[in-house]
Amino acid sequence: MESIAAREADIIEEFSFFEDWMEKYEHIIALGKELAPMSEAHKVDDNKIKGCQSQVWVHAQDSGEGIAFEADSDAIITRGMVALLLRVVQGQTPAAIAQYDFSFLEKIGLTAHLSPSRANGLLSMVKQIRLYGVAFQAKRG
Amino acid sequence: MLSDQIRADFPILTRQVHGKPLVYLDNAATTQKPQAVIDAIVHFYSHYNSNVHRGVHQLSQEATDAFEAVRTQLQGHLNAAHVHEVIFTKGTTDSLNLVAHGFRSLLQPGDEIIVSQLEHHSNLVPWHMLAERTGALLRYIPMNGQGELDQSVYESLLNARTKVVAFNHISNALGTINPVKEMAAKAHAVGAAVVVDGAQALPHAAVDVQDLDVDFYSGSAHKMYGPTGVGLLYGKTEWLEKLPPYQGGGEMIQDVEMTSSTYAGLPHKFEAGTPNIEAVIAWGAALTWMQQVGVANIQAHEDELLAYGTALLEAIPGVKIYGKAQQKAAVLSFNVTGVHPYDVGTLLDQMGIAVRTGQHCTQPIMDCFGVPGTIRASLAAYTSKEDLDHLARALERAIALLA
Repeated sequence: MESIAAREADIIEEFSFFEDWMEKYEHIIALGKELAPMSEAHKVDDNKIKGCQSQVWVHAQDSGEGIAFEADSDAIITRGMVALLLRVVQGQTPAAIAQYDFSFLEKIGLTAHLSPSRANGLLSMVKQIRLYGVAFQAKRG
Repeated sequence: MLSDQIRADFPILTRQVHGKPLVYLDNAATTQKPQAVIDAIVHFYSHYNSNVHRGVHQLSQEATDAFEAVRTQLQGHLNAAHVHEVIFTKGTTDSLNLVAHGFRSLLQPGDEIIVSQLEHHSNLVPWHMLAERTGALLRYIPMNGQGELDQSVYESLLNARTKVVAFNHISNALGTINPVKEMAAKAHAVGAAVVVDGAQALPHAAVDVQDLDVDFYSGSAHKMYGPTGVGLLYGKTEWLEKLPPYQGGGEMIQDVEMTSSTYAGLPHKFEAGTPNIEAVIAWGAALTWMQQVGVANIQAHEDELLAYGTALLEAIPGVKIYGKAQQKAAVLSFNVTGVHPYDVGTLLDQMGIAVRTGQHCTQPIMDCFGVPGTIRASLAAYTSKEDLDHLARALERAIALLA
C-alpha cells in the first residue's frame, strides 16, 4: 500500500496543473461525483459531522489491515473535499491516521477552508478522521 | 441611479476578493459603513473619549451630549412620543430578550404568546424560553407559499388569553413586509402587547412607531449603516414602566444600600453598565447619512433593484425564488434545482460575490419549503444594477460547473 506521503505527493502534483480556481473546483466536484457511495445503514446521525452547512457523514471500520472509511455529503463540493481526505487516509493504519496533520491541504491552496469560521466543516472532518485513528489505535492496544 | 452617487461613501466597496471586485450582497446580515461612520468612531477616541452620564469634567459632558443627541435623533427617526422611550441595547436580539425577560413577571400559566413562522430565531427562542419559564402557551401564525402570514389564522388565534404578539416587520429570509399596523390593531383589540422585530425594516423604510401603534419595536445599528454592538428598543412609556429591569448594575439605579436598591427612571432603568458609547455616537453619523440620502430614496432604489434582480434570476433555468409576497423588500432568496445552496455560495465567493447561504436563522421557514437552506442576495442603498448583473453571470457559471 502507498504511504500517506506518496498519496499526498500525487494530489499535490495533480493540483499543480490547475491554472485557476475554476479548474480546481471542477476537479473537486469531479472527485465528489466519483466518491464511492456510502452504505445507507451508515448514513445515520451518529456518523454526522457537526459544524457543516451541508450534511456530512463519515463512517470508519478497522479491518485489521487499516481503517476503511466511507463518507457522503448532500453538497457536491463538500463531497469532493471529503473524497480528497479519504484518498490519503483510506486503508492507512490507526497510528498513522491519529498523527496525521493533513498538511497537503495547504500545498493545494485549500487552507482557507480549514479556518474555523468556514461553514463547510472541513476542519470538523479532519478532526473526526483523526479521532477515528486515535480510537482504533486505543482499541488495538 | 442612487448607487452611483453614494458608492464612493463606502471605502470597502473598492476592495477585491479572490482577485475580483467585491460584489457585496449580504446586507441583511450587516451593511457596510460610510466613511462618516468610520470617522465618527475615530473622532470620538481622538477627541472626547470618556464615560458618559457621570463625570463632571468637560470630556464626559461632551461624550454625554453626543451620546444623548443620538437618542433624540432616534426618537425623531422613529417618531417616538418621548425620548425616554428609546433604550440602547446590544442589538435586536438583546432588545427582544429584554422584553421577553420582562414578561416573566407578567404572564400566568395558560396565557398565550403568538409568534409567526417567519421569525428569525432571535424573535422565537426568547419566547420559547418565556413559555417554558411561565407555563404560557406558544401559538404561531403560519405562512402561505408566497411567504405571507395567514391573517385569517392570526385572527382565529387571538383571544382574551393572548398576552403577547411578536413578529417581524420585514422577514430577513424572504423579504416579506408584514402589515404591522393592521396586525397591531387586532392584537390590541384583545389587550395583547405587540412586539416587533424591526431589524430588517429600519434600513429599508421609514418607520413611524406611533402610526404603527406597536408597543415595542427593535433594531440594530449595524444593519442600517452603523457599527456593530448597539441596537435599540423602543417601548411605549406605560409598557417600559411595567417591565422590571433586565440587568442590574451601575447607571440603572437611583439609590443603593447594602441589601436593596431602587431603580432609575426611563431610559436608564434598562441601561445597566457602561454603554457602547463609540457605537452609539457613530450610529448618529449613520442616521445622519441615511437622512441626507433620504430613506424614501433608498426604498425606491431598492424596490427598483429588487424587480430588476428578480427578473434576472428568473430568466436563469433552474433558479427558484422563495418568497413572493405582494409586499416585499430587498431580499432575493433562491435555490438552483438539484444543487445544494452551499455549493453555489462557495463558487460565488470564488467570483468575488458575497451572499449568505444556509437557513438564515429561520429553520421553520426552510422546513416549510422543505429545503436545507437557500442562497440569499440582500440589497442596500449602494447596490447597483452591475452588482446584480455580476451575480446573474456568476450564478450561470456556477450552475455550469455544478451541472
